[in-house]
This record gives sequence, structure tokens and C-alpha cells, in this order.
Amino acid sequence: MTPPTDNFALRLYVAGQTPKAARAFANLRRICDEHLAGRYSIEVIDLIENPALGRGDQILALPTLVRRLPTPIKKIIGDLSNTERVLVGLDLRPRRAGV
Amino acid sequence: MSTKKPAHSELAKAPTGISGLDDITYGGLPQGRPTLVSGGPGSGKTLLGVSFLVEGAQRYDEPGVLLTFEENVDELAQDVRSLGYDLHKLCEEKKLLVDYIHVDRAEIEETGEYDLEGLFVRLDHAIQQIGAKRVMLDTIETLFGGLKDTGILRAELRRLFRWLRDRKMTTIVTAERGEQQFTRQGLEEYISDAVISLDHRVHEQISTRRIRVVKYRGSTHGTNEYPFLIDRGGITVLPVTSLLLEHEATSERVPSGLPALDEMLGGKGFYRASTVLMSGTAGTGKTTLAAHFVAAACARGEKCLYFLFEESPQQMLRNMRSAGVDLQPWVDKGLLQFHADRPSRHGLETHLLEMHHTVEVFEPDVVVMDPVTNLLAVGTSSDVRSMLTRVIDFLKTRGITAMFTSLTTPTQTVEHTETMISSLMDTWILVTAETSGTRRKRNLFVLKSRGMPHSDDVREFRFTSRGISLLPLGKAPARKRRRTQ
Repeated sequence: MTPPTDNFALRLYVAGQTPKAARAFANLRRICDEHLAGRYSIEVIDLIENPALGRGDQILALPTLVRRLPTPIKKIIGDLSNTERVLVGLDLRPRRAGV
Repeated sequence: MSTKKPAHSELAKAPTGISGLDDITYGGLPQGRPTLVSGGPGSGKTLLGVSFLVEGAQRYDEPGVLLTFEENVDELAQDVRSLGYDLHKLCEEKKLLVDYIHVDRAEIEETGEYDLEGLFVRLDHAIQQIGAKRVMLDTIETLFGGLKDTGILRAELRRLFRWLRDRKMTTIVTAERGEQQFTRQGLEEYISDAVISLDHRVHEQISTRRIRVVKYRGSTHGTNEYPFLIDRGGITVLPVTSLLLEHEATSERVPSGLPALDEMLGGKGFYRASTVLMSGTAGTGKTTLAAHFVAAACARGEKCLYFLFEESPQQMLRNMRSAGVDLQPWVDKGLLQFHADRPSRHGLETHLLEMHHTVEVFEPDVVVMDPVTNLLAVGTSSDVRSMLTRVIDFLKTRGITAMFTSLTTPTQTVEHTETMISSLMDTWILVTAETSGTRRKRNLFVLKSRGMPHSDDVREFRFTSRGISLLPLGKAPARKRRRTQ
């Protein structure tokens, strides 16, 4: 069994069922399945339904992906279309110069 | 379009509640629209915006949302406590909602398309929670430091201001002044309804805050730079009244303190709430004449505020006592208050503000400034004139009679010296001294006195043990000629 520290608790903030939100979710699922198979959880928060939840994670831009665990908290904004950058943002790949 | 008269335009305005600002904007900020407040660091942008929200919540029943990108609610509350504002209490009462948005570029990765819908959702939620009518964004340009895609950011800000207009939010958007423009990121391009510029200048070690309404679409506004003060009473913009000449002209008269002088002034003395200039060379008795006026006012139970720009109160009291006018009893009774200050200690604007405050606190019936010419040491003639205009407007609106003494130098022709300020004066009395044989002979005459018949006589006067005494007119037939101005 994977130790809990290796688990990725991810939150995807969106506002309604927009094409951008759908793209972000699809991209996220694909990246997680490829790189974090079996050790991730995704929670989707729709701020239209729960506007108050945006305050806690300081959400401004949408979509925003928040890596709650492992700490420290990381944020990736956008539709997650650039896999390379998402991996860097999640600390799954070292940041390279020029990225 | 004339900016001298208030326009009774259809444009709805939201009063800021900031003393003076609503006067220069003829009613406040454009209601339901954004106003840009631009200024350098420490110019008072945040305090102005917070005052607008707090006054709105407390006085106009318009709750407000403060979206802050720079300070959290505790820090802000700390900053404005000195102005007498209790942000926490207003938040508890749901009259104010502070949402602190912290953007840290280091912890944000950007990938692909995004928008700022999260900001809109939060703002919308905040507005709905308290039924807000006012919004402040402080300082939204911070976002340019937090997000890399300025293209998206600009498009979203444009959308945000449109969104705020659609929701009819009266909004203050603060921004740091840029090199060539009012904001670093050119926000004025998106907010064209009203632009207010704040400034904090230090000139010759004298610091002055100034405010200017740069632009106000669809409304007239005062276009000058006005000084403003931030203190325990909040923000005060001066002048409060200089745009209007609306003070009532009373026909009530106030005696000069010398019956013989009253006789020269249509038999009754000055008009209440008028301005009197006493000018003359050194040692002619200007201050003594002022002291007579003050003593008479105090004897009627009126309150007098005496600004000294040359002597200390003790020195002045001693000199007057020796001249036969004892003012000490009136000081003891609390009817006479001195305010002594070296003109060079502050800039003119600060003097103006201090006078303003002292007058508001003491509420005098009579104000004396002695000698007003000393203010020339701190400013040019036109600066002094402009400042006096505002002082006089302020005093007149409050029904205060004002006397100014003016020191002229013997080399100058008397009437030339005060050309700058004399037009502001309703009554002008000249005091002269000449050497006649072994004696110095002092004369006074009324050069002008608006709205009353006055004497054209030149009257000799002497200092007696009981102050100044006008000598009866000589044997020569008294000139009866009188005129009305």
C-alpha cells in the first residue's frame, strides 16, 4: 500500500460547466492517470454553487488546480493543456530553465 | 462649460461623506460607476477609499465591499483606527465586508487558458451577502505582479469594470501613479468616468497633501489642487466653500471698539461677517486698533480668536496693557484665545488647515490675523492671496468678522503693497505716521468700506493711558463729503 504522504489530494476549482472547465478536468484526469495512477484524489468545486469556498484557497483565476497534499500547497491556473507545465507545477518534474 | 457654478445635472452622485470632497465634486462620486483614485505611495489612496466605504455604511445606508490585494482586514483596521473608524465593528454589523486576496506569483503555475471568474464570483458573493452599494478595489494593479498573462488580465479587468457598472456599484479603484500616466498599467483607459489624483509633496521641508479631480465625465468639478489633511477627524479637503459665493450678507453691525471710528463708518462700525484690513508702517498702532476691536467684542460676550504671526501671546498682552488695553481678563474668561505660530514653521496650506481646525473647535465670533503680511515669508503674493481667499470664504460662511493687520514698508507707496489682498477686504483702514516738528503724528482714514457711507476724513489719533483716542476734527470746517461704494 502506498504511504499516505505519497497521496496527491487535488482540488479543481471551476465556475459552472464551461468548456474551459471541461477541458481542464479532462486534462487533469489524463495526467493523473499517466503519472499518479492509484495515488490521487480529485475534488471538483464549483464556485457557482459554493461561492464561499473560493476564499479559503485564495481563488482568483479559473480554472485553478490546487495541490492540497503533499504540502506545500501548489496552484496551477488555466485549462492544464500544457502537460509539461502541470507536471512542473505539481512538483512531479523539476523546473527547468526557460519553462 | 463654466466650472464656477454648480451644475444641476441629472448625473446621480454618491456622497463620499469626506468633508470638502463632496463640495469640489458637487455632490460626490458618480453613482453606480467606477472612479479611479491615483497617487504615489503614502498619498492617502487607501484611506480615502476606506473613508468612502465607512461613511457610506454609517451615514448613507450603503454597505460596502473592500477587495484588498495588499493588506488583510486586521492591518487595514489598524491603519484607519487613527481616523476614528472601527472596521471590525462594521464588519460584524454586516455593513462592510473585507475580502483579502493574496496573490503570490511564486506559488502559481500558469498553463493554458484561464479567466478571473473566481474574482467575479467572490466579489458577487460578497456584494450579495451584505447588499453592497459600494465597492473598493485596493490595489487591483497588484494582479499584474501575480499573473504573467497580461493579455488575459487586461481583458478581464475591462470586463470587471463593465460588470461593476452593470451592477450599479459605486466603486473606487485605487492605483499607483505611473511614470507618464495616472496608473502604472494604464487603467485610466478602462475607467473614464472620474479620475482623482492624490499627491504628497514636500517643498522646503514642508509637506502638503493635495487632491485634484482630474476628470469627471458629465459633471462640473473644481479643477484646482486642493490641500487635504488626514487626522483624527478623518480626511478633510480644503476649501470647503471656495467655489461658491453664497454666504449671506448680514446687515448687522459690529462696533470697532472706538466710538469715533464707528462714527467714520456710517456711525455703526463694521458689518458682521465682513473683512477688515488695518494697514500701516511699523509702530503706527495697528495691533492696538485690533486690540480695541477684540476687547469690545469680548465685552459683548463674543468669542475672539487671535492669530499671532510675530509675537508671543505674553508679549502681545504686555504691550497692549502698556498701551492701555488690557486683554488679560478676556483670556481668563475664555473669551479670547491666542494662537501664535511662526509663519515659517509650516507651509501656507498647513497654516490654512490649522486655522480651519482652530476655528472649528473654538467657534469664535471674531478672528484677527496679526500681521497677515508675515505669511508672505512662506509663499508668493499670489499664494498668500489664494490662501486668504479660502480663509475669508470659510470665515464668512460661519458669520465670523475678520480683521487682518498688514505691515507696509515706508519705501513702498502704501496702497500698492496690499493690492494683492485688498480686494478681498470689505473695509480698509490705513494708519500712517509722520513727523511733525518734534512730535510723531499718527493719522488714520477709511480708504474703503463696502456697502456703507463712510467718512473721507483723515483723523489724527493719540495713544492715551486708555488706548487709542481719535482727536476731534480741527478748527478747519469738517469736510462733509461722504460717499457710498
